[in-house]
Amino acid sequence: MSALAYALSDTMVLAKRSLLRIPRAPDLLLSFTVQPIMFVLLFVYVFGGAIDTPGYEDYTDFLMPGIVAQTMSFGGFVTALGLAEDLKKGLIDRFRSLPMSRSAVLAGRTLADVATNTISLAIMIAVGLIVGFRFSSSPFEVVAGIGLMLLFGYAFSWVFAYFGLTASSGESAQAIGFIVIFPITFISSAFVPVDSMPSWLQAIAENNPFTTVVDAMRALWVGAPAGNDIWGAVLWSLGLTAVFAPLSVARYRRAVSA
Amino acid sequence: MQDAAIQAEGLRKSYGNVEALVGIDLEAPAGTILGLLGPNGAGKTTAVRILTTLLPPDGGAARVAGLDVVRDAARLRARIGLAGQYAAVDENLTGRENLEMVGRLYHMGRAASRERADELLERFDLTDAGQRLVRTYSGGMRRRLDLSAALVARPPVLFLDEPTTGLDPRSRIGLWETIEDRVAAGTTVLLTTQYLDEADRLADRIAVIDHGRVIAEGTSDELKERVGGERLEVTLDDPRHAEIAISALAPMVDDRPTCDGTNLHLPIRRGRGAIAEAVRRLDTAGVGIDDIAVHRPTLDDVFLALTGHTAEEAAEDGRPPDAEPREERAAA
Repeated sequence: MSALAYALSDTMVLAKRSLLRIPRAPDLLLSFTVQPIMFVLLFVYVFGGAIDTPGYEDYTDFLMPGIVAQTMSFGGFVTALGLAEDLKKGLIDRFRSLPMSRSAVLAGRTLADVATNTISLAIMIAVGLIVGFRFSSSPFEVVAGIGLMLLFGYAFSWVFAYFGLTASSGESAQAIGFIVIFPITFISSAFVPVDSMPSWLQAIAENNPFTTVVDAMRALWVGAPAGNDIWGAVLWSLGLTAVFAPLSVARYRRAVSA
Repeated sequence: MQDAAIQAEGLRKSYGNVEALVGIDLEAPAGTILGLLGPNGAGKTTAVRILTTLLPPDGGAARVAGLDVVRDAARLRARIGLAGQYAAVDENLTGRENLEMVGRLYHMGRAASRERADELLERFDLTDAGQRLVRTYSGGMRRRLDLSAALVARPPVLFLDEPTTGLDPRSRIGLWETIEDRVAAGTTVLLTTQYLDEADRLADRIAVIDHGRVIAEGTSDELKERVGGERLEVTLDDPRHAEIAISALAPMVDDRPTCDGTNLHLPIRRGRGAIAEAVRRLDTAGVGIDDIAVHRPTLDDVFLALTGHTAEEAAEDGRPPDAEPREERAAA
């Protein structure tokens, strides 16, 4: 086999390892399944009545693209958690002493995230449809939206991979992710129209790449005007991956378990 | 003559201001066990990490199985097995899944990995536990699984970093026997330990490491010789008989005897039969004794003689167990 074939096979072996773990760790399973349901229901029924979204049929149509994008951006936390644990328990030492591809541990984990993100995405869409969300675009655009979300989630898995290899523990990796990513997702068009914010905050929200991604999703799913947002969202996702994947692999190559 | 399976010259490594290795030389001929003996924080784990390609050395060179640990790192990884002190197995997989995964990552193929996993589970008495998640295993079972993982590809060189730390005595002996089996089959082993009895029992040659230096190297017997030979320890029932006892035993004694109260310490040439001869001589001289014993030097004595402290003291007053600093986990 060629080096590339080995790298792919190593990646699949490790992706399988990450996925096997999920049904065996019930707390993780809950975070992919129940947590997204909870978020959709809380936002729709608690905030929905208070938030005015001109131009949208109701708040659910406005919310779904945003909350789905937010959930995808956090899907990679499993990678951060898993890598930090692997470091702590000496598994990274073992993997690095094996004649396997240097990127397979990270590529395997991030690939497993795509699978779990797909599950979360399916659950959220189903719950959204139940509480009144309706796609108002072509099937092709709906599928393109799903593809964009998985690409976006994949990019964030690499961001989390970097956090996981940098932080001193799984908990702190999660905390870093939360502190950095949570505000970015809220100071955006995801949950409220940007023009309802104070003007200084509007400036930030309008230039927030997360707003670009959410607006792209609104264009693809509920037929909002697209502008350059779709290409912008794709470029941001590819850009994040292009920066954080090599950074994480470089970090991994030198990582030694504590 | 065949090249040494493990050969290191002048290995150096620092973490910031902390010098973990200050230039160490190591050598293990093929099919032997080299013991790296030293307290926590002495630099043993750093040496293992350099030899297993996990860390680049700051200076010096090392070859393992004929391959340079830096230049030929990728090829070398196919020829070594590593088992660490943390039992690096995945808790959320079964024992068998762990071994199969390692086999696949050695690129053994699906069927061969499965077959090898079964074989190792059986040899390590884990066949029944093989279907269970590792998080349900006892400490000893995890260590056995960890060691099996290191053996998956039948590597010619095996690195065992404190393989028995924290194990109960029975599990330790079981692991020792397994290691001896591997060596009998031709494997070369580098073993780090802070247990003197472990090095004494397993290692063909021992390198004593303290503060990043090899402070002594040799067989267990050679090291013991450096702190002198055997001693006859006699406890008299009456301290006033000390002079008579010393002159009665004079023909056996090799060096100046010492005496504190009722206790005599007599360096002797030969331990075998010494007790019977001493008892006869003392009896003839009419000296009564409470106790008599031949004391053979232990590696503890060696460590004390070489470093001025015992291995345990060094561990306690030294740096904490994972003293090799945290920054090394992903050193910039």
